[in-house]
Amino acid sequence: MAPLVPSQEELQRRRIIGVNAETVTNIPSTDFPGHWPGESHGWALDQFKNDFKVEYHRNDPYEASFSLIGLDAAVANAFRRILMAEIPTLAIETVYVHNNTSVIQDEVLAQRLGLIPLKGSVEGINWMQWEQKAPGDEGSAAPELTDFNTVVMQLDIECTQNPDVADDETDPRKLYNNAHVYSKHLTFTPVGRQEQFFVGDGAIRAVQPDILIAKMRPGQKIEMELHCVKGIGADHAKFSPVATASYRLLPDIQILRPIIGEDAKKFAKCFPKGVIGLEPVTSEEASRAGSGYEGHAGEQKAVVKDAFNDTVSRECLRHEEFQGKVKLGRVRDHFIFNVESSGQFESDTLFLESVKVLKLKCARWKRGLNDLMA
Amino acid sequence: MPGSVHSQDAQDQSMMDVEQPQDELMLDERRILVLPGSSETAASFQFEGEGHTMGNALRFAIMKNPAVDFCGYTIPHPSDAKMHLRIQTSDSTTALEALEKGFNDLMDLCDVVTEKFTVARDQFNEENSNKMQS
Repeated sequence: MAPLVPSQEELQRRRIIGVNAETVTNIPSTDFPGHWPGESHGWALDQFKNDFKVEYHRNDPYEASFSLIGLDAAVANAFRRILMAEIPTLAIETVYVHNNTSVIQDEVLAQRLGLIPLKGSVEGINWMQWEQKAPGDEGSAAPELTDFNTVVMQLDIECTQNPDVADDETDPRKLYNNAHVYSKHLTFTPVGRQEQFFVGDGAIRAVQPDILIAKMRPGQKIEMELHCVKGIGADHAKFSPVATASYRLLPDIQILRPIIGEDAKKFAKCFPKGVIGLEPVTSEEASRAGSGYEGHAGEQKAVVKDAFNDTVSRECLRHEEFQGKVKLGRVRDHFIFNVESSGQFESDTLFLESVKVLKLKCARWKRGLNDLMA
Repeated sequence: MPGSVHSQDAQDQSMMDVEQPQDELMLDERRILVLPGSSETAASFQFEGEGHTMGNALRFAIMKNPAVDFCGYTIPHPSDAKMHLRIQTSDSTTALEALEKGFNDLMDLCDVVTEKFTVARDQFNEENSNKMQS
C-alpha cells in the first residue's frame, strides 16, 4: 500500500507551534515513522534536499543572520552548540610572568589576558594543530612546544614619567607614558613555519586594539611571555569563536476574524513597528456576505505585514476585544540563526565549520563502530 | 636537516603528516561501548566524551529510520562525560546497523546543509554587491 500523503493544509498545521496567553501547544515534532498511521516520514535524502531551504538576511564579517528552513530542532541545536563549544580557536593559555610590579596580581592578569580574542591569518590558524586535553589531565606534562601548536607573544611594558607635560595636567594618560596597558601592546614573534603564515596582515594580534589590560604608575613594569594554543569552548569559554550564537523560531500570526477601525490601530500597537499593517477594507470584501466586513467598506483593517520582526510578546492576547480573533504561533522548522563572531573567523565560515565538525564527529564515531562489528 | 634546503614537496608531505595524527589523537580515548544486556535488535551504547550535541541529533536521525521501534538518549550523570543511546529495532535490522545508518544519514544531511548554505550565501553576497554598485 502506498503511504498516505497528508494534505498541504494538514502539514502546514503541524508546522505551527501554538503560543497562547499562558500555555504552548503542539510542541514536539511528529514527523517520525509510526506517529501518523499510514504515513511514511522515514528519512529520505531527496525529499530533504527538496524541502530544506536557506535564506540569508545579513552577512557582515562579525555578524550573520540567516534562516534554516526544514530542519529538526535536534539538528539545529547541534549546530548552535557546536558553534559555541566545539570549533577550535586560538587563545592565550599559559602566561610566564618574568616581572610584574603593577598592582594587578599575576593570576588576575593572566586570566584577563586569556580572554582577549586574537586574530591572524585564517590559513595559519587552520594549519595549527590542536590537542584535546584528556579529562582530569591537568598538571600532567605539557606537550612539546613546536611552531604548529604554540604561538608565542610578549608583553613588555614599563610606565615612566612624561617630562614634557604641563604642570597642571591631571590626566594620568598624559602625565605618564604607558599608564594604561592595552591589548595593542601585545607583540608577536613568529617562529619556524609560522613565518610563512603569520606575516603582515596575517600577524597574530588582538581583534580589538583598545582592550584595557592593566593600569600602571611610573616605576611599575610588566614583562611576560604568553603562549597561545588552540582549544575549544567546551574546555574554556575563551576558546569560543562566537560572542553569541542563537536561533529563534519564525513567529506566526493568524488573524482569524476581522479587526477593524479603532481596534485595528490598537491591535497594531500590540506588536513591534511594521509587523501589523493597516489597509482599507475593499468594497468587494464588504459586499461579501459572512466575511465580517459587511458595511465597513473604506474602514481600516489589520493585516499581518511582516511576522519576522515580531517578538511574540503576547500583548494582543491580554485585550478583551481581540479574544478569539487572533492566533499566535511559531513555525516549528524555521530557525532564524544569529551568529556573532568574536573576530577570529567570519560568521558565515563559522557556521560552515560547525556543519563540518558535526560531520567529522559522525565519521569518527562511525570508525569506532567498526571495532564493535569486528 | 638545514631548514633552507626544504623542497616544496617535502613541505607538503610534512603538512600532511601533521593533519593525520590530529584525527587519531582525538579518537584515542573515546570509544563506543555496548552496555550489558544487549541483544541483536535492542542495545544501549555508551559514547564517551559526548553530550546533547551529538546525542539528540543522532537520536533524531535514528528515529527517522522506519525499522527502528525506539530510540532515546540520556546523560546518566551530568558530571560524567558519558552519553547513553538506546536503540530497539524490528527484526528486519539490528541495533548496530540502525546506529550506522544514523551516522550515514546525519552525514548526508550535513552535506546538503553545507551545499544549500553556500549557495544561499553566495547569492546573497552577489545581490548585495550589485546593490552597492548601482
